[in-house]
Parts: sequence; C-alpha cells; structure tokens
Amino acid sequence: MSEYILEMNGITKEFTGVKALSNVNFKVNKGEIHCLIGENGAGKSTLMKVLSGVHPYGTYEGDIVFEDEIQQFHKISDSVKTGIVIIYQELALFPDLSVYENIFAGNEVKQGGVINWNQTIVESKKLLEKVKLDVAPDTLVKDLSVGKRQLIEIAKALSKDVKLLILDEPTAALNEDDSENLLRLLKELKHQGITCIMISHKLKEVISIADKSTVLRDGQTICTLEAAKGEITENFIIKNMVGREIEDIYPKRNKKEKGTPILELKNWSAFDPQLGRDVVKNINLHVKKGEIVGIAGLMGSGRTELALSIFGNAKSYKIQGQMYLNGEPQKFKHTSDAIQAGIAYVTEDRKGDGLFLLQDIKSNISAANLKGIAQKGVINENEEIKVADSYKKSLHIKASSLEQFAGNLSGGNQQKVSLGKWLFVAPKLLILDEPTRGIDVGAKFEIYTVMNKLIEEGLSIIMISSELGEVLGMSDRVYVMAQTELKGELSIEEANQENIMQLATQ
Amino acid sequence: MYQEAKALIRANIRDYGMYIALFVIILTFTIMTDGLFISSRNISNLLDSAGYIAVLAVAMTLIIVIRHIDLSVGYVAGFLGAIAAILLTQAGVSVYISIPIILILGIVVGLFNGLLVAQVGIPSFVATLAGMLIFRGALLQVTEKTGTIIIQNDAFNAIGNGYIPSMFEVNGLHFLSLLVGLIGILLYIYSEITNRRNKLNYQFDVLSKPMFILKLAFVSIIIAYITWILAGYNGFSWTVIVMLAVVFVYHFLTTKTVLGRHIYAVGSNPEAAHLSGINVKKITYIVFGSMGMMAALSGILFTARLQSATTTAGTLFELDAIAAAYVGGVSAAGGVGKVTGAIIGAIVMASLSSGMNLLGVGISYQYMIRGGVLAGAVIFDVMTRKSK
Repeated sequence: MSEYILEMNGITKEFTGVKALSNVNFKVNKGEIHCLIGENGAGKSTLMKVLSGVHPYGTYEGDIVFEDEIQQFHKISDSVKTGIVIIYQELALFPDLSVYENIFAGNEVKQGGVINWNQTIVESKKLLEKVKLDVAPDTLVKDLSVGKRQLIEIAKALSKDVKLLILDEPTAALNEDDSENLLRLLKELKHQGITCIMISHKLKEVISIADKSTVLRDGQTICTLEAAKGEITENFIIKNMVGREIEDIYPKRNKKEKGTPILELKNWSAFDPQLGRDVVKNINLHVKKGEIVGIAGLMGSGRTELALSIFGNAKSYKIQGQMYLNGEPQKFKHTSDAIQAGIAYVTEDRKGDGLFLLQDIKSNISAANLKGIAQKGVINENEEIKVADSYKKSLHIKASSLEQFAGNLSGGNQQKVSLGKWLFVAPKLLILDEPTRGIDVGAKFEIYTVMNKLIEEGLSIIMISSELGEVLGMSDRVYVMAQTELKGELSIEEANQENIMQLATQ
Repeated sequence: MYQEAKALIRANIRDYGMYIALFVIILTFTIMTDGLFISSRNISNLLDSAGYIAVLAVAMTLIIVIRHIDLSVGYVAGFLGAIAAILLTQAGVSVYISIPIILILGIVVGLFNGLLVAQVGIPSFVATLAGMLIFRGALLQVTEKTGTIIIQNDAFNAIGNGYIPSMFEVNGLHFLSLLVGLIGILLYIYSEITNRRNKLNYQFDVLSKPMFILKLAFVSIIIAYITWILAGYNGFSWTVIVMLAVVFVYHFLTTKTVLGRHIYAVGSNPEAAHLSGINVKKITYIVFGSMGMMAALSGILFTARLQSATTTAGTLFELDAIAAAYVGGVSAAGGVGKVTGAIIGAIVMASLSSGMNLLGVGISYQYMIRGGVLAGAVIFDVMTRKSK
C-alpha cells in the first residue's frame, strides 16, 4: 500500500481555451492535515472540484488515485461514496430545517424507504458530541451562529463515513474563537484517522495546523512545504504564492497631522424593531479628516450595524443620540441622504448586497451616482463607459471588457468594482466593511494602496475588520466593539493583538 | 464584413432570437395560407388585436423585472373599460375628459397595489390576486343591471377601430401613413448617426462603415415594408399609433434614463439597490402605478374595439400579458427583460392566433400550440443564458 491516501497526477483542466489547471500534482498522506494555498484564481477550487466530481471524469486530463485505486467520478455522489466529502465556503444547509434533519439530508436513516426519525435523532446526538457541539438536535439551523453551522456541516460529513474531508476556507466567516474551536476539532479528527485538506487564505491558521502545504500559482503546483522540516513560515509561503517577496503587506503612508473631526457620534444607539433589541448601544466616537479609524471586534459585536446606522439608517433602526458631520447635526432618512452628505459604505457581503451580479461592470460602477453621468434624468452612456474605464485602469480591475458581468469576476476584482462604485460618488467619509475578506494577497495590497492614496487626498476612512493584522497595519486609531458597545479606544502605538482581543472578548 | 456580421449575431443571439422566431412564424403562415397571412388587411387586423395585450405586456415586463407580478390587471382593464362606457353613455362626459379620468383611475389602482406590496409587504401574487377578485366583482356590479353597455361615441370607438386620416391617396396607398413611416425611418437614421458620432467623439469602437450602412438599410427596409403593407389597406390604425407611442416612451425611459436604471437595479438586487441610495419603495410604486395606467389604457382599447363594455371584458388578459412578456425574454429572477421584447412577444402570440384561425385550426389545438411556444421561448432563454 502506498503512503498516500490521495494522489492527483498530472491534472490539466481547460475552460474554453483557458487553462485553469496545468499538469498539477497533488499528494496527500493518510491522516494528515494538508493545506492548499494560493492566490484567488490560482486553481485551488477547480482542483477540488475535479477531485469531488463536480467536473466529471473525462473533462480533465490526468489521474486521481484514491486508496491505491484510480477513480472515475462522474458525479458528486460517486466521490461521496468513496469517502471524499467537500464542505464549501457557502454552507449548504437548510436554515428552516432542524439540526438532525440537516445532518442526514440526502443520507437519511431509513428502513424500506420510510425515515426512522427516532434513530436519526439518536445518531445526530452522537455526531454532535463528536464535533463538540452542545445544541439540541431539534434546534433550527437558522437560529445557530455561523461557527456552529460550520460544525453541523462537519457532523454531516462524518455521517457519511468520511475518509477525506475537504474544507474550502472554513474560517473565512468565523470569529477568532470559533476559528480556534474549528481548528482544534480538525486536529482531533486527524487523531481519529480522518485526512483533511483545507483551503485557506489565513496564513496564521496554516502555520498552526498544517502538516504539509501545497502552494498553487497560476494553475500549477509550485511546491509542497512540510511542517516537520520547518518550511511552513509566513514569509516563505507568501514568497511562493505570489512569486515575489512582499516585505510588508501593509504599505506605508505619510503620517500627517490629522484635521478636524468630520464625523462625531454622541450617545448613539440603534434599536432593531425586527430583533426587538438594541444592535448598537451608547456609542461615542469621532473620525478626523485624513485618518483611518479601525473598528475591531468579533463578528456579531455590532460593527456592521453601527456602519448601517450611520449610512442613512439603511436598516430602518430606531435611532437615539446625535450625529454631527463637520460639526453640523445630521439626521438621515434614507441611504441617498447619506450619499448626498458624502458618506459611502462598501458592504462586507459584496455578492449579497453589494453588486448587481447580472449587470455589467460599468452599470455597477455608475449605480450609486447615476446623476453624475446624466443630464435631466437622461443618461449619457458614453460618459458612463469613460468613467468606468478610468476606474478599471486606476484600480487595476482585471476583466475582458466593461461589459463583463460582475458575477463572473474573481473576488478581488469584484471588491475593486465595489470600491470603484463608491469612489465615483466622491465621498468624504468612506466606510469599508471587511474590505479584504476572501481576496488574495496581491489584491489586498492593491486595496491598501488605494486606501492610502485616498487618505493623502484628504478622505477619512472607517475600516471594520476581523483581521487583526489589517487593523494594526492600516489604522491610525482603533475602536474595539463587543456586544453592541464600544469597549475602548486605542492609539495605534498602544494597540496590539492582545489588548484588542481582551477588549473584544469583554 | 462577413466576419463582423457573424460576431455581431453571435454576441446578440439572445436579443435577435425573438425577431428570428417572429420572422419564421410569419414566413410559415404566409406560405401555408398562400400569402393571405401577409395581406394588408390581415396584418392590420392582427396588430389591432394585439394592441390591448401589448400595452399590458410592456408594463408587466417592468413588474416582472422588479420581481413582482400583477394578476389584477385583466379585470382592472375590464372594470375601467366599463366605467369609461358609463361615463360616455349614462353620464354624458366628453371623450376628451373621460379618457384622462380613466387613466388616472388606473394609476390610483396601481398605486394601491404598490402600497400593499411596498409599504405593507404583502407578496404581490396574493395582493393582486385579491385585486383580481375584487375587480371582477366590481365589473359585474357595474354591468349587472344593464348587461352589455353599447357605446355610440365615434371618437371613442375610433381608438379601437379607426385609422388615421388619409388626406389623399397615392396610387391607392394611404398618404399620411406613408408619411408617418417615412418620418419614422428618418428619425431612426438620425438617431443612429448621432449615436455613432457621439461614440466617435469619445473615441470608442463603432461598427465599421459598410456594416453600419447595412444595418441602417436593413431596419429602414423593414419599417418601409410594414408601412407599405399597412398603407395598402386603411393605413395606421389609432391602436397601432397608441402602441408605438407606448413602446417608444417605455423604451426611452427604461434604456436612457436614471429612472430606468433604478428599475433594473431594484430588480437585479434590491438590497444592493437600497444601499446604493435608490429608493426601492418609490420604484415599486412607480412600476405598479405604470402598470395600473396601462391596464386602464388596455381597457380603453378593448372597450373601443368592441364598441361596448361587456360583463366578461378583461378575462385572462393578465395571463396573456404575462405570457407575452416571457416570450419577449423577461426573466423571473429579476433585473432582465426589455419592453421591445414584450411587444414582439405580444405580436408573436397574436400572429399565432391569427395564422391558426386562417388555417382553420381548432381552438383546442390553438391553446396547446401557444402553450408550446411559450414553453419553447423560455427554454431558449434559459439555454442561451447558460452559455454566457
């Protein structure tokens, strides 16, 4: 028997003339945690789709050898039968069904076509124990946090007698606590003999958990690094990922004397009538001209809600307290009022509520400022193309043309389109919610560079981020939120990972 | 140039698909009826019979674009047609006052639907289903005592049956209609040339000159041919003029204005639209209001065509309009669909009825074939979208 549980040899996959994978070799030992890393578009997801049968046998070249047998997966269920289960970034759970129904969805415990629900519940309890999740099996999935849903997905995989578990950016949407929890679970599963492939952009995780890491770049295998040989270090990974050394992923900017406050909030609270509770409580903060204010905190601490309450009260909260823009008291009735006053908000969920995925790049860029390209309500389409093209060039948006649908772009380029849309409204205050979530190192660097340029031009930025490195690397000042309240303010000199986390977990 | 034409067709196959389908249908029926189908008289009747569904389909397209539906429009059209008849006969109101009143009533009904959908948050299917029942009852209520209300107002009836005056005849052709066609061609050529010049000013890519001239010639010949056919009978009917005006206004609004962009943005992603400063509620009101107005117009066209208001007017108009919109390429997922498509869809459906009537196809088969065409159109739409 070979030492490898999985060997992918010479995999080549083409999409209408474009080589997504070119002669990729990927080998995984039994019982190890193997991280797959690379920039967006490097081919990680495509490789995993080939492995799981999403791209069926015959549409690619090369061999998949699993447990010493050449496999021919024609559909996803073929790979599941052999014990390969993939958990995607966008979780595939049914929010309105219970935990036990979800765990056994598609794999029901049945006798002669009739589902045995009692047995299902008993089995679910065992699986929940295995993944260390303490919830009742009849809880509805929509009532669980993202972190817990992730564990349900793993329980679901375990119910199928998984031998090789593949996780696509499992911690992208998780806070630090839930992430650590998940990584701990993966280590335990490893001891139980389950092999695991994890795609991740978070290098710290990779360093802490991986036995081996394979780096892909432009559809090719660059190298496989081994933890045992001390090869898995941040610099080394980044160097192999981008093919060059990035000395500092956070570009420097000239620290200038900050100007007068552009935004001030006093005793600011927001009550969500739908949830029936305060989502933002008693906030006092200010943002000066020409500074980046970082807002750190765990997911669900009220950061996004704070942003939305500032941005024209987009979710119709009941607001208490005062907002001052340039010293003048302000009350917004609608997002359009906020845009008018010079505030822009780049959402954390660019696919969900940021972009018009079935519209082209130029319509997306002009969407928030159609007045800027129209006269008396009639749009000048040529002007629109000109504007969109200028942002395509200045933000380095990689696309075949301005007519390409936003939905067909990679994550980094989608984020740049989002950014371009909001730069076109010429804001004075830019609120960036998780500006670099799910995008690769190269695109991150470009977005940071744009942020610095905007600051030089006199804009102010509020940056909401779960990545502490980003908060520390980019901010002039940091506020920390926890449980809907502002727990503290730190100057960039005094801020560090420890004291931010301490405030965030209060 | 051959290469360019090929690339152009490939890139726009989705947009051209309907036109090709319409052409095939016309050609087939023309051959099967020995040319009877394409005769001036038949084409003129066909367009007139498509009118009251076409105006509904245009507004319905926008309703579907913003991810809603309006089931009430059929009986709203029937009811408002009856009100028009009552105003003209029993109340003795002048036709020039009655028509604006009916259109305004239509807008009010539409805005009320908008209120239920946008403000109260009722699913549009349910809200307008309720409206459908209510207006069906209302139609029966107002026509119950009198039964069918005959209208003897010539000016009103002309909207559904009359033709624009000829002034004089040229070789037996309708002069004013020829003039309208000519003006149409000149306007088209003028707008294309300005468009091209603007693009050149911005140094953008444009069609090569021979290709551009070919395109101008092609469209001009089609307009000229339709004009010539119509001019050979009674010329442009008022219904066709109303239809053209509605399409022109809606096409302009949806493709060239900020309002139009906002409508498509709301349909494409309502949350993103809201966060882009677009007032989603306002757009919902406007689109439902426009639907109500077109329902009123449809009621006027239909009542004028029959020269009377009947107790069953408007039955199934809403479903014919929805079918025409889908044949015209609107997508239920929202954000996609053109008003020019809706009008072609309505004409396709009317052509099928007209052609099959000429061939003497039984009504049972007619329904099945129209259903098949509807399904086929949507299948084509889904298939071509996948490949993009």
